[in-house]
Amino acid sequence: MTEAITATGLVKRFGKVTALDGLDLHVATGEVHGFLGPNGAGKTTTIRILLGLSRHNGGAVQLLGGNPWTEATELHKRLAYVPGDVTLWPALTGGEVIDLLGRLRGGLDPRRKAELLERFQLDPRKKGRTYSKGNRQKVGLIAALSSDVELLILDEPTSGLDPLMEEVFREVILEEKRRGDRTVLLSSHILSEVEALCDRLTIIRDGRTIETGTLTDMRHLTRTTIQAELAGPPDGLATLAGVHDFQLDHDRVRFDVDTDALEPALQKLVKVGVRSLVSQPPSLEELFLRQYQKDER
Amino acid sequence: MTGAGRLVRLILRRDRIIMPVWAVLLGLVPAGYVASFEGLFPTDAERIDYARLSATNTGFVTLYGPLHGSSLGELVAWRAGFLPVLAGLCALLTVIRHTRADEEAGRTELIGAAAVGRHAQLAAAVLTTCAAGLLMGVVLTAAMVGQGLPAAGSLAFGAEMTLSVFVFAGVGAVAAQLTSGARGARSIALTVLAAAFVLRVGGDTSAVGDGSLRWMSWLSPIGWVQHLFPYGVNDWWPALLALAFTVVTVAVAGRLQSRRDLGVGQLPARLGPASAPAGLSSPFGLAWRLHRGMLVAWTIGFALLGLIFGGVGASVLDIAAGNQGLSDVFTRLGGSDALVDSYFAGIASIVGLIAACYGVQTTLRMRDEEQTGHTEAVLTTSVSRYTWAGTNLFFALLGPAVVLAVEGLATSLTYPDGDLGEILGGVLVQLPAVWVLAGVAVLAFGLVPRLSAVAWAPPAMCLLVLLVGQTLQLDQWFLDISPFTHVPKLPGGDLSALPLVSLTVVAAALTAVGVTGLRRRNVPE
Ligand SMILES: Nc1ncnc2c1ncn2[C@@H]1O[C@H](COP(=O)(O)OP(=O)(O)O)[C@@H](O)[C@H]1O
Ligand SMILES: [Mg+2]
Repeated sequence: MTEAITATGLVKRFGKVTALDGLDLHVATGEVHGFLGPNGAGKTTTIRILLGLSRHNGGAVQLLGGNPWTEATELHKRLAYVPGDVTLWPALTGGEVIDLLGRLRGGLDPRRKAELLERFQLDPRKKGRTYSKGNRQKVGLIAALSSDVELLILDEPTSGLDPLMEEVFREVILEEKRRGDRTVLLSSHILSEVEALCDRLTIIRDGRTIETGTLTDMRHLTRTTIQAELAGPPDGLATLAGVHDFQLDHDRVRFDVDTDALEPALQKLVKVGVRSLVSQPPSLEELFLRQYQKDER
Repeated sequence: MTGAGRLVRLILRRDRIIMPVWAVLLGLVPAGYVASFEGLFPTDAERIDYARLSATNTGFVTLYGPLHGSSLGELVAWRAGFLPVLAGLCALLTVIRHTRADEEAGRTELIGAAAVGRHAQLAAAVLTTCAAGLLMGVVLTAAMVGQGLPAAGSLAFGAEMTLSVFVFAGVGAVAAQLTSGARGARSIALTVLAAAFVLRVGGDTSAVGDGSLRWMSWLSPIGWVQHLFPYGVNDWWPALLALAFTVVTVAVAGRLQSRRDLGVGQLPARLGPASAPAGLSSPFGLAWRLHRGMLVAWTIGFALLGLIFGGVGASVLDIAAGNQGLSDVFTRLGGSDALVDSYFAGIASIVGLIAACYGVQTTLRMRDEEQTGHTEAVLTTSVSRYTWAGTNLFFALLGPAVVLAVEGLATSLTYPDGDLGEILGGVLVQLPAVWVLAGVAVLAFGLVPRLSAVAWAPPAMCLLVLLVGQTLQLDQWFLDISPFTHVPKLPGGDLSALPLVSLTVVAAALTAVGVTGLRRRNVPE
């Protein structure tokens, strides 16, 4: 499988601030790749380098097989970008901006544009200055999605969209995914979004990649929360390797357990006798929080 | 108004350098005139001669206003007649910067959510600007008294400047309520300032001739403050007009603000086309959409200037014919032709400098585009940085050519006796100097984008050379700083190609280095 985006050991400094400190990012052609990180982690900085807007200070980067800095204009014909804060020319209407950006990119499909306007419920006749934040994002999204390009680079594209519109966004991206020939890099800090859409993800923090892989890969690194009502005292469970945050209240226990320690823990419970049991699968949310806590220590 | 005090402190902190600079500098400029007038015209008789000549010279009256006396103080106050325009300019820019520009950038929303009254920001901006105006007046009065001029006249002189600041703080406050963008607000306020100047010029130059249009000066706030006539009649009642105008405009701004929501203006936004016309499909089409409004506005402004200057040129001849003393002077200067020629040549460098401001403004529009994120959107399509910069610079470099040509044509409409070729040539030779100043702006934008605003320093410097250069009889090197000094004085002078070619080469080099810098840096930076 070829890679649409390959960045290794990327370094970017702004004066004394090191925004990227050896970041790695590998996005395979045809996949939807989640790019996760808290505010200030370096997502936007990375994307700006990929787009040839900023120059990196170290490391190597390839985009669609080319050099994003020197071959920017050629590469840009094959991609579309939606920034986290779409700004519009105050005097141009939303429809005009969609057409303009599409044409500057090399053409857009008017039928696709009409369909997306309908689905996102956007009035294209309003002037740029009168759109709300959410509606400006819609203009950027429609302009990008109605161009026939190989790669979509979306930087927190749903900020400001209401939940209904976020749902529309997810449907549209899932449709793109089914087509199979489009690659999407989706930067986000909304975990449910990434969980719903992405094949693989890269988690970064402080300009460094701290985790990359499929969701299933990452679930190995997570813990399941178990709540149970027991028939007797759970001797030895609290001290079992891989069991964390153990709480006991009369006959009720609640604890988190590492995925690899799940089996011994369950065997212990069965031995004591289980009256009821609730197990909560690991969510990306937890994974995310835990990664960051681990990193902080 | 709750919280206005805290906002005043915030404004003072943000403007802690620039505000004292303009307030004190404009207050100190006239002090330089005192020494130079004392040096040039030491005796009463010489001053009377000079004053009689100047009071009827329409070129002088256009720039500085009417002159009614010949005492040292009166001459100095008259010579400072362009300063109220500059003070007004600083005032309106400051008010808009701290009201609409903040609101557009979303900073007002942050402040608005804190415990701050609805009108606090407007009040803080107006109060601080007016305080700067008071400072300017105090500095000026003190400097004049310090040079031994009468106290009463110096007070009126200070008041003239302070009131100019007050009036245009009011204009800025109203303009800030009308549009939803700072750029639009600035355009409206600048148009009012330009109109005030044009009305004053119309009325004052008419007063030199048959006086049929002299009432026009009384429609202009700049006319009002000049009619204080410091050191002469010391008339205080026009000050009341200016104060009343200030109070009314600020009150109107407050009312307008009460009636609108945060972030929107008064002028309702209409619906536009749902899809882009065929013309809007290239970088050039986009640049045309962005720059055409300014091009049209400046073209109209330059056409008006041309009509006025042409009309004034015609009256220069009439006066020369009707006044024996003047005719003698003209004959000594080389005949009435020479006088008219030097008038048009002098006007041409003023017009050139104004065109340079248009060039710089249009060049710096690229910085605005960059900061608002629009450039990023264009550069992530298949448009290269060179193409993007080129389409914008097309307007920054050729726009001034269009407006200068229009000015020349308009001049020859109201001065049909003149040779169209000579008049047109006189303004068009300014272009290389205009390009040098625009080139400095490209350089700043490309190499030190965060400091792009320094591109306004050269036009300011050239204006200073124009305002004080000849009066102070400064060294040639000082005059040489301004590219306009090197432009051949046409009509009348020799048309030599060397300075024009050299200036064009300098401009091209500045532009090339600037664009190369843009190609190499981060966008946005
Ligand atoms: N132009 C800049 N100058 C200085 N620091 C910057 C600049 N752009 C980004 N940074 C810094 O780089 C880091 C990464 O920022 P960014 O890429 O915007 O993060 P994210 O998009 O993940 O929220 C932050 O610490 C930010 O302050
Ligand atoms: Mg970001």
